[in-house]
Amino acid sequence: MGLNTPLYDAHVAAGARLVDFGGWDMPVNYGSQIEEHHAVRRDAGMFDVSHMLSVDVTGARVRDYLRHLLANDVAKLKEPGRALYSCMLNERGGVVDDLIVYFIDDEWFRVVVNAGTRDTDIAWLKSHAGAFGVDIKPRTDLAMIAVQGPNARAKAATLIGEYATAALALKHFSGRELGPYFIARTGYTGEDGWEIMLPVGAAAKFWADLKAAGVAQCGLGARDTLRLEAGMNLYGNDMDENVSPLESGLTWTVAFDPPERDFVGRAALEALRKNGVPRKLVGLVLEDRGVLRGHQKVVAPGVGEGELTSGTFSPTLERSIGFARVPAATGEQVQVDIRGKLLAARVVKYPFVRNGKALI
Amino acid sequence: MSSIPSDLKYLDSHEWARLESDGSVTIGISDHAQGSLGDLVFVEVPEVGRTLAKGGAAAVVESVKAASDVYSPISGEVIATNEALGASPELVNQDPYGAGWLFKLKPSNTGELAQLLDAPAYEKVVEAAH
Repeated sequence: MGLNTPLYDAHVAAGARLVDFGGWDMPVNYGSQIEEHHAVRRDAGMFDVSHMLSVDVTGARVRDYLRHLLANDVAKLKEPGRALYSCMLNERGGVVDDLIVYFIDDEWFRVVVNAGTRDTDIAWLKSHAGAFGVDIKPRTDLAMIAVQGPNARAKAATLIGEYATAALALKHFSGRELGPYFIARTGYTGEDGWEIMLPVGAAAKFWADLKAAGVAQCGLGARDTLRLEAGMNLYGNDMDENVSPLESGLTWTVAFDPPERDFVGRAALEALRKNGVPRKLVGLVLEDRGVLRGHQKVVAPGVGEGELTSGTFSPTLERSIGFARVPAATGEQVQVDIRGKLLAARVVKYPFVRNGKALI
Repeated sequence: MSSIPSDLKYLDSHEWARLESDGSVTIGISDHAQGSLGDLVFVEVPEVGRTLAKGGAAAVVESVKAASDVYSPISGEVIATNEALGASPELVNQDPYGAGWLFKLKPSNTGELAQLLDAPAYEKVVEAAH
């Protein structure tokens, strides 16, 4: 038995197929995973993401603390409510976790971290907190539901009464506390939508109300195909503590400016850049028939070899797509070893799909 | 609950076999198997003419989630494959015992069919998997 979210009973009652995810019993699908995927691309779907952890970081020097701890720079967050995606690195430049940080006020930031790494993350956050006098408070009293899709905000807004107007006015990548809710216009699908944090005790009713409002329940299976189409990394697959963001397609999230900001892992990344980053993360589209999967070998003719980090069948594109870590000099054509056969794949820029539209 | 037709024979790895009136044997995967795998998106069937050994890897079915080997319940030569699955692998989800069949064998020893599980025995395997 794994850990259960406050929505576990609702998943069981809905006939979900449950799998272990980072120690949690989570719904992988409630029926057809492909239909759940399309519900998010075309209408509105919801995900129980209560296994992820919100952590409040508070104190007079919270901004200095996060500027030291995160590879992206929270100094970019000027208006309260704005959010930032960042990696948290170790001294070797490896990724401890990737997270979203919300600037709530000058002495209060909220970070949302992955389920599989939550214990490591809390320990890591606390181990650096003392020097800055900040307080780290895991918000295990909050559940989290992601509603995603072109009609997701409109449908969810019918359930939040007096807060609807303010919630609908939220800009992309910002969030705010509204009564019992913390509503953020963020997500992991490449569609518009909200991630809603709310008290654990209110989660089951809110989930049932969303369902009644026509929001489709979706499992982790659809979440994975959606995020992959959207070109978003999955911690533990596409990067981990032994690989840098520069080799994980996440260079854009590392703020090297200003040069005097001394964040954890900076020296290691600077050394890597100086010597030339040997590998890169690329998007792949399989040209032959088959399905790309993590850990398949990639052959870049005349250059070297790499490996798939994530791969799946894309329900939107109706072909197989993936991410691979390959030598930096890899060109446009590669081959992937699938059960002993070398199949042709094309290197493409990702995202593959955004806001319902194919981009490749 | 998954369906388990009583006129078929099964492997505990969730393949079914049906002896046809012409002496050939049709092979597929069970309703329980397709349900566990989820939406199928790719099926790799064996080449016609290939000789399969009983219990040997014969085909691969891939869902959105994962790839799984399909084992041949009996030995024999592949005489036909379900070409419709190339364009419509979801037939295996929709009709695992009918339009979603995978391949047909000319058995080298029909006696092997008697060694397979009957429907009640296979039902116990499925129940134990829950």
